[in-house]
Amino acid sequence: MGSYLRPQRLEEAVGALADGGYTVLAGGTDFYPARVGRAIDDQVLDITALDELRGIAELGDRYRIGALTTWSDVIAAPLPPMFDGLKLAAREVGGVQIQNAGTLCGNLCNASPAADGVPPLLTLAAEVELSSQAGSRCLPLADFILGNRRTARRPDELVTALYLPKPAGAACSDFVKLGARKYLVISIVMVASLLEHDDAGRITTARLAVGSCAATAHRLSALEEALLGKPLDSGLPSVVTAAHLSPLSPIDDVRGSAEYRMEAAAQLVRRSLERLARQSQTGAAV
Amino acid sequence: MTLATVAFSVNGRQVSLEVDPRERLSETLRHRLGLTGTKVGCNAGDCGACTVLVEGEQLCACLLPCGQLPGKAVTTVEGLSELPRMAALQQEFLEHGAAQCGICTPGMLMAAAALLKKNPQPDKVQVQDALGGVLCRCTGYQKIVEAVCSLGQPQQAVVPPAGAAVGARMVKTDGAAKINGAELYGADTAPEDALWLRVIRSPHARATFSLGDLPKLVADTPGLAAVLSAADVPGNAFGVYPTLKDQPVLADGVVRYRGEAVLALVGERAAIWALAEEALPITWQVEDALDDCWVADAVDGRQVHAQHPDNVLARGHVDKGDAEAALATAEVVAEGSFATPFIEHAYIEPEAGYALRRGDRLEIWATTQAPYMDRDETALVLGLDKEQVRIIPSACGGGFGGKLDLSIQPLVGLAAWRLDRPVRGEYSRPESMMSSTKRHPSRITARLGCRRDGKLTALRFHGIFDTGAYASWGPTVSDRVPVHCSGPYVIPHVLADTEARFTNAPPSGAFRGFGVPQAALANEGLMDDLAEQIGMDPLEFRYLNAIRAGQATATGQVLQASVGLDKCIEALRPDWQALRQAAEEFNAESGRLRRGVGIGCVWYGCGNTSMSNPSTLSLGIDRQGKITLYNGAVDIGQGSNTVMAQIAADGLGLPADLIHVVMGDTALTADAGKTSASRQTFISGKAAELAGRDLRQKILRLANAGKAATLELSGSRILVSDDVDVRTIELAHLPLGENGDVVRGSGTFDPPSTALDEHGQGDPYATYGFAAQIAEVEVDVELGTVKVLRLIAAHDVGRAVNPTLVEGQIHGGIAQGLGLALMEEYLPGRTENLHDYLIPTIGDMPEIKSILIEDPEPLGPYGAKGVGEHSLIATAPAIFGGVYQATAVRLRETPATPDRVRAALRAAGF
Repeated sequence: MGSYLRPQRLEEAVGALADGGYTVLAGGTDFYPARVGRAIDDQVLDITALDELRGIAELGDRYRIGALTTWSDVIAAPLPPMFDGLKLAAREVGGVQIQNAGTLCGNLCNASPAADGVPPLLTLAAEVELSSQAGSRCLPLADFILGNRRTARRPDELVTALYLPKPAGAACSDFVKLGARKYLVISIVMVASLLEHDDAGRITTARLAVGSCAATAHRLSALEEALLGKPLDSGLPSVVTAAHLSPLSPIDDVRGSAEYRMEAAAQLVRRSLERLARQSQTGAAV
Repeated sequence: MTLATVAFSVNGRQVSLEVDPRERLSETLRHRLGLTGTKVGCNAGDCGACTVLVEGEQLCACLLPCGQLPGKAVTTVEGLSELPRMAALQQEFLEHGAAQCGICTPGMLMAAAALLKKNPQPDKVQVQDALGGVLCRCTGYQKIVEAVCSLGQPQQAVVPPAGAAVGARMVKTDGAAKINGAELYGADTAPEDALWLRVIRSPHARATFSLGDLPKLVADTPGLAAVLSAADVPGNAFGVYPTLKDQPVLADGVVRYRGEAVLALVGERAAIWALAEEALPITWQVEDALDDCWVADAVDGRQVHAQHPDNVLARGHVDKGDAEAALATAEVVAEGSFATPFIEHAYIEPEAGYALRRGDRLEIWATTQAPYMDRDETALVLGLDKEQVRIIPSACGGGFGGKLDLSIQPLVGLAAWRLDRPVRGEYSRPESMMSSTKRHPSRITARLGCRRDGKLTALRFHGIFDTGAYASWGPTVSDRVPVHCSGPYVIPHVLADTEARFTNAPPSGAFRGFGVPQAALANEGLMDDLAEQIGMDPLEFRYLNAIRAGQATATGQVLQASVGLDKCIEALRPDWQALRQAAEEFNAESGRLRRGVGIGCVWYGCGNTSMSNPSTLSLGIDRQGKITLYNGAVDIGQGSNTVMAQIAADGLGLPADLIHVVMGDTALTADAGKTSASRQTFISGKAAELAGRDLRQKILRLANAGKAATLELSGSRILVSDDVDVRTIELAHLPLGENGDVVRGSGTFDPPSTALDEHGQGDPYATYGFAAQIAEVEVDVELGTVKVLRLIAAHDVGRAVNPTLVEGQIHGGIAQGLGLALMEEYLPGRTENLHDYLIPTIGDMPEIKSILIEDPEPLGPYGAKGVGEHSLIATAPAIFGGVYQATAVRLRETPATPDRVRAALRAAGF
């Protein structure tokens, strides 16, 4: 029949996980849809009373996003331009109801190939903090998500926060999602991008990630290298080549063919770079 | 599971419950607190119908565990009017006609409430962003957005005076309950002691199975009262056609599609849901399924039904003139092949209801479009007389043809009958989608010819329709398509054949248009081709060929009156020319975005094809002066309750707001047929007019007054005034009649039609509705995405009984047509939910302008005819025509998803 635990303190939570058998629940936006038309018999560890996991904080050279931070929290928070892409992604997660309930960390733990949070958090170089009775450890996001619905989280661990390094210089970021309808849509392809640049407008760091085009979202490291030193202007899209997309291995499914996904991914990558270049020139938000 | 005490507030009231903390808040609200205004459409956060406010923020109650509620304040639709300005918002919804079936309305209202608290004067985009998480299948969203944006600019609700109800924008007679949460749908009520029913369905598309020891299962499972199987069903075969009763209530050792009902578990709710499917004693022998039917000889021993060895359910045929010869000599010919998939109705209310046995009678409360058919079919399968079964339709949370067939009625009926206990049930979203009927997939090939001067000469049309595992409405589709496949044009030579073929797929049934939307894609696509070949504007080409009064259809029917297509096209011409020109200019400048404008024309016969389909309504007045319309026509959201009241009121000569409507209860109303095929306004509406006139006649006779007398209701008196004097009828003194009425009038109308002969010639319908629509689209040629920017719809409705409701039908049909064109495809086993099966959201809809043309139909009530399907049918052709102007690419297959459009563009060199 299962049970339900909603601890107030983290040590209680990780203690329960150490005992084993618990399903972690926060916003419920993945938990309940997976249990339509059947009895809920899980042992549930509801972490929403762990107030220490709330909020977005600036800690020296990095940001901490607590595990209970929702998409709406991200949208509402006053954050610098490095977060613009993440905010755009947040607006594309379900409807407002889902944004109000769903958490970024839950999105990562669910590890869907189409998780809206993964590409922007990859471009933010996010690290995932996992806590257990044994202590805590941090994994780069790319090492946390292992595959379709698979993560490196051990059953006794709880994801407690994300850490995002601050950029060395000015940074801008973007997110584009392609779906067959507006709102409430699982993406066919999505692209997140983040560029840091020096005072002369030359790119010093580039991170681009594509989602829904492989079992997990992937960074385009060859493209990132190719962009280094380039001026942040309208010439950026022409840097993109087919070879840059080689980390992607999309499949055919109901939302689109593999061939289409590759083509659309290339388009969206170019467009995202174009948007960032335009934004840097006009100063307007994308 | 240990229960926990959970204390929170709901609508300002403190509650404390002993509850499983994992229980969904939606469940708690509905089943523990009786707050059924919060609707459940999917239990997965996909539809937003269950949206409530928690601490002022919108959340899906289906995703919220009760354990998270302590100390929180929850507001549901029942408490909405207590919040500042929210009663006014509800009124805006009512006056704008923002609620059709009303099942999404609570969710829409709550989402709007959260927005308006933060942003008192939102613009359209802000409203779309805030309401984007709630799906609506009826309205096309436009009136919802208008209602929210209009808050603070009050309109005046129209209360039409006596004799002026027809034509007035009267608010819905049943509207108030739809905006305050009081409306009761199939899942919203049941006797307190009702047991629950859970259906076990086949996971296989084709299999045989055997059952183990069911009595042992019952004995071993506390709380399980019964397990019903085919052996328990006295007459285990139903179907809408008298000679095609091929579908079992519970499969008898053979399943023919994934989702077919196999067993019904009846008992305590928790107990029946705690049973794992794997633990049930069913042994499957899976067989190789017949997945499609496009190649006739691919059946290869896999007949779906032994009695149909060629796998063909039905054929249709229309043959006028000599189409093959005319095409052989035609000056210009266009031809093409077209394909469409299964399409799901996606009403937001899943099938639900309860049954209650009273001695030797059975009452069934359920969501439906066809109470009398439900009654007759349920009686048949249960081995009862029709009169033993009473169907009481709940409010219907969307139907669109999908609730014309039996679903849960015989299951709860069987269980209640056998156990002599009330039994209730509700389908989950996946269950609803996998088990219910679908729009027929189609493969159509056609050739259309014309002269160089533009006059159409001949059409050869061949359509194959996948009718799925059971007959359902398959013959209706194969009959209706040949009649309509010419489009609303004069074509001297027509040869049309259709076949409905079985497969191991969900039964294809009725879905808004009965095959005509599929046929229109072909016909209208070829119209565009021909226009281009002869260098004629697509609108002018249609105008030239538009059928007019005095001309003959493909079945040889000479239309007499109310043939307003030419007027519809004329009404669109200025916008058409301006928008086509603007698109050309846009394309001269633009790169990746290209625009185009297309047109689709439609006709649709109102009512059954060449079959009697009468409606009878009556109107009575009781001793207290209460006027009741006994209306067997089920309002599925389109507003027939209101339309019938308006028409009956004008027939009677008293104000429409005095009329109370009893809807569809087979014990109280006469048969008004099913709500389908654009028939209720035309047919039942005429019966309502006649009932009103009949009651008036009887009242005048009681007063011995002349025809021109006016009536006034004053308490329990009717005052009858003419030139001479005022006479008073004391209702309280009149002898009691049926249902407490003292005077009653009734009316019956059966539209004239004739049978089709072996060449498909005859007069299949008494009247047709006509429409023309233009769509402005924008194509992203690099990504293959199509955005519909604008839709202008001109409809000949005969007479708009209620223009707000007519616009609602136009908007909603356009939304479904847009979905058909661009995103909807049902794949068994893969898109059985509302996140993989896409329907348009509030952000996908274009701005819609409706133009109502009133070319009166002499047979209809005050000139009115039906408007149910037309807007859907004309939409996809208009969108595809727009894509063609934008890109010179002809789309021949739906849905035109981005990858398909991009593939077509790539092939065309983009």
